[in-house]
Amino acid sequence: MTQLALVIDLNVCVGCHACVTSCKEWNTSGSAGTLADLRPYGKDPTGTFFNRVQTFEVGEYPNTETVHFPKSCLHCEDPPCVPVCPTGASYKRPEDGIVLVDYDKCIGCKYCAWACPYGVREIDEKRKVMTKCTLCVDRIYDEALPEAERKPACVLACPTSARLFGDVHDPGSEVSTAIRENGGYQLQPEWGTQPANQYLPRRKTRIDIHQDELVRADNPLRKETNRPSGPVEAQTLDDVTSW
Amino acid sequence: MNPAFSVIFLTTLIGAGQGLFLALFVAEMLVQFRALSAAPGTFYALGSLLAVALLGLGLLASFFHLGHPERAWRAAAMWRTSWLSREVIVLPLTMLCVAAYGLVHFLAGGAASLALGGLGVLATAALFVCTGMIYACIRFLQEWASPLTLVNFTLLGSASGFTLASAYAAWGAPALVEPFVFCAGALTLAALATRTASLMRNARLRPKTTLQSAIGVRHPRIVQQAQGFMGGSFNTREFFHGRSSQWLRGVKWLFLVLVFPVPVLLLAAGLKQDLPLALCMAFLSQYIGLIAERWFFFAQANHPQNLYYQTVG
Repeated sequence: MTQLALVIDLNVCVGCHACVTSCKEWNTSGSAGTLADLRPYGKDPTGTFFNRVQTFEVGEYPNTETVHFPKSCLHCEDPPCVPVCPTGASYKRPEDGIVLVDYDKCIGCKYCAWACPYGVREIDEKRKVMTKCTLCVDRIYDEALPEAERKPACVLACPTSARLFGDVHDPGSEVSTAIRENGGYQLQPEWGTQPANQYLPRRKTRIDIHQDELVRADNPLRKETNRPSGPVEAQTLDDVTSW
Repeated sequence: MNPAFSVIFLTTLIGAGQGLFLALFVAEMLVQFRALSAAPGTFYALGSLLAVALLGLGLLASFFHLGHPERAWRAAAMWRTSWLSREVIVLPLTMLCVAAYGLVHFLAGGAASLALGGLGVLATAALFVCTGMIYACIRFLQEWASPLTLVNFTLLGSASGFTLASAYAAWGAPALVEPFVFCAGALTLAALATRTASLMRNARLRPKTTLQSAIGVRHPRIVQQAQGFMGGSFNTREFFHGRSSQWLRGVKWLFLVLVFPVPVLLLAAGLKQDLPLALCMAFLSQYIGLIAERWFFFAQANHPQNLYYQTVG
């Protein structure tokens, strides 16, 4: 069984909001209708977004770290928002595990938003239906697009590749490897919702350089100055090979 | 949560309607067992009409909660999994039972009314369970996720219905005032006990979700610097009442006074001094108090998603 999901690398996210704007751009232009913006240039602007980037400060000054934290629907494996829906408008696709809302069936009662502990569902104030991240379901299967572009808009927009997309049930996929090797974790595991989206934690990036690595025996600058001299058997291969 | 008046009116109105119907049926049972002198059929018929009207007003109020009320019929589809869907089915069924009960009394009465009344009691009980479970089944709204939610909805609804029945009986069937007042008083005191229990439980709750588990960072000090947007959003409007804690405490004491002691005193005074007006005032006080109680019920529930929306930026 396939479970498509995002893996978000908090170690790389720089908080640029490119995923937020590209998500809004793609999903407001889709066949499902626009994502409403009310009073966009007024005093109290508001609008529908499927994805947000938040910023948290962790630690005590001066030992602090800034964590940029993108948040969208986590496409839970046991989504609490689906069984509470009275009309069946909220559903989880069995074939790829995407949690979707059928906008033609939704009555806009907001009960599913109450039943989501992550706060990732938003009622669209113009269309009066519940909306949420679709994992760009209208894009990832579109064969008119080149294969490399059949990914969610947020993934394509990310300049630091902090967002990975794939099947978390396939142990060989890029996302499964990233979760396994980089300590991927789920949000609010205490409720047993089993979010399919996972996050990669901040990691210390260190590089050890020793003194003898700073002065190279095969420094190519020497080619310009002191040519190797002496008997042939005393010379190294450093100057004649490229590895 | 941010309390929605459509849902406040839905739950309080249908609670009173259900309680009123239960009172009528209890009276008929007492008459059957010769504990009371018989009341005229029109008393039951008009009482049932009043109960149906309350249930209908509640149903009407619920439509104002919907973004697409014209699709409301679809809400009956998912009764296998959704308590909301079950309520959508049981509420009209209850109205139907109560209306049939009143009609039978209006036409003739007899054994059919007892059978229909029994069905009505079953439907009423099912409706209390459905309404309570809508809130009690959301496990991470810890203030709601308790059997006390069900008990409170049932007892508070029944108490307000019996109080209304006392006032109604003062005009329609004075012999019934005394048993109704006793039941209303007993139910109100029982509701006081269970509502206080839930207030004490909620005051001691420790949220299971913390900022640490919400973003998955294990550090005791995490401060939000930006929620990602400057304007409002559904997340900032729907899940927080936007009032101060003093306001919240004020509403709590308001409902604790208006729902419990004031109606009990007015009921006692109305019974002792034979004052129908005091009985009316008892219901009025209790109903207004219940609106405050329901507002507080919603406002007190602290949704874990609020952890993500603490700082604008």
